[in-house]
Formats: sequence, structure tokens, C-alpha cells
Amino acid sequence: MEEEALHFHFDVDGNNFASAGEASVQVKRLLRQMGFSPDTIRRISIAMYEGEINMVIHAHGGDADVYVYPDKIRVVLSDTGPGIKDVSLAMQEGYSTAPDNIRSLGFGAGMGLPNMKRYSDKLEVRSTVGVGTVIEMEFISA
Amino acid sequence: MTIREIAQILGASVHTAEEELLDKDIETAFGSDMMSDVLAFADEGSVLLSGLLNPQVIRTAHMLDMPCIVFVRGKKATPEILALAEESRIVVLETPIRLYSACGRLYTAGLDSR
Ligand SMILES: Nc1ncnc2c1ncn2[C@@H]1O[C@H](COP(=O)(O)OP(=O)(O)OP(=O)(O)O)[C@@H](O)[C@H]1O
Ligand SMILES: [Mg+2]
Repeated sequence: MEEEALHFHFDVDGNNFASAGEASVQVKRLLRQMGFSPDTIRRISIAMYEGEINMVIHAHGGDADVYVYPDKIRVVLSDTGPGIKDVSLAMQEGYSTAPDNIRSLGFGAGMGLPNMKRYSDKLEVRSTVGVGTVIEMEFISA
Repeated sequence: MTIREIAQILGASVHTAEEELLDKDIETAFGSDMMSDVLAFADEGSVLLSGLLNPQVIRTAHMLDMPCIVFVRGKKATPEILALAEESRIVVLETPIRLYSACGRLYTAGLDSR
């Protein structure tokens, strides 16, 4: 039997770099209202923000779904972008395909996916080239 | 070190809608123009020094619960960025000093990194 969860959905606009991260800001606010610990909220915010930025700079945007359970939070980021050819390579620190114009915006050091792994308790990346990417993260709440 | 003291040391102009935020005590600092590195390496609650100017600098700081951003090298925050900072309850400082020197001054005055 599936535990009951609160579900929040966000559209992540892929054509607007300035608005990237708005979903993560809203999730941070919601989790604070729900009384989760600052530490848990920070881990989720950072990891979700990395994923949200990735969807905007690598995949023309996508969907963010957050499921809040009594003892854990699940974040699912899905896009229909170009996909990731070699996921284990993409997971390595310093690997990035971001072009120079992204680097001049402050991103593209190849640190996002490793950071998402570090801050989540479980990370799953499912990606098919030409179809898209789904990233699922789970956070046990303290 | 309080945000007020940081502003004094850097001769910075101060932008905040909440004067009382200036009394907030900060223990650590991080300087970078790469938000990727801030997200991966900075300690939560630090003051962020950066020469990069775009809305994602504010969001990055917000995610890390950073209470203050110092824009270095004379970068002037746009009204859009100031509004976003205010919404996030982040104090914005602007100093003409360059990144290395600004970090050096704060370090000399006793602000460390973890
Ligand atoms: N949603 C995505 N769709 C397609 N490719 C992606 C996606 N997310 C990540 N990637 C690929 O994986 C690489 C590594 O991602 P990662 O987030 O670690 O680094 P980055 O985004 O390039 O830089 P940083 O996160 O440090 O700003 C990216 O450069 C890109 O090639
Ligand atoms: Mg990234």
C-alpha cells in the first residue's frame, strides 16, 4: 500500500534563464511552512535547484513534481530534452557539456549531478538520448 | 562579524528593506563568480562575494541560506535583482573593491571559512 503524499507540480520554463529556480524557491517555502528542519530543507533546495537549472540549460525546461510524505520527500524532474548519452560520465565531478555562454552565467562546472547525489539519500537518473531525462531524488527528513 | 561591519570594512553601499538584518552575525565567507562552485563548496549561512550579476546569484544564495551578498568590482545590482533579494530577505552590498582584495580585507578582519 502506497503511503499518502502531498503532491506539488511545477512547470519549469526552459526559455527563461532569469526565472530558473522559481520552483525550488516555492518548495523551500512550502517545506518551511510544513515545519521540516532547516537542514533537510537546505539539502532538498540545493539538489532540486541544481536539477531545475540543468533542465533549463540542458533540456529546454520540463516538469518538477514534489511528493511530501510524513518521513520523506521525493523530487521528480522530467524533461523531453536531448537526454544524457553516458550517465556515469555525467555523474563525475567536472564533466560538463555546457557551452561558454552558460559558463558566463555562472554554471557549467560539472558539479550539479555530483552535488545532487551528495545531498539526496537516493538518486536515480533515467535518460534516453533523443527522448529525455527523468531524475528522481529521495530525501529522508530529519 | 555583523553584516553592518562587513559593509564598513568594504566601504560598501547597503540595500535592504529590513534594517535589523544588518545586525545578523556571520561566521564564514565564500568568494566566487561560479554559482556551480558556490553550490558545491560554500558553507550554509556564509556571506557570498561575487562579481557575477544575475538573478541566479540571489537564488543560489537563497538555497544556501546565505543572509548577505557582496557584489564586487563596482557591479551595480539591477532593480530586478534587488527586488528578488528583498523577497528572499538577503542583504545586498556593493563595493568597488575587487574580489581578491575584498576577501582579503574580510579575512584579515577575522572572517574565516570553515
Ligand atoms: N536534464 C538534462 N538533460 C540533458 N543533459 C543533462 C541534463 N542534466 C545534466 N545533463 C548533462 O550532464 C552534464 C553534467 O551535469 P552537471 O549538472 O553535473 O554539470 P553542469 O550542469 O554541466 O554544470 P554545473 O551543474 O556545475 O553548473 C551536463 O553538462 C549535461 O551534459
Ligand atoms: Mg548542472
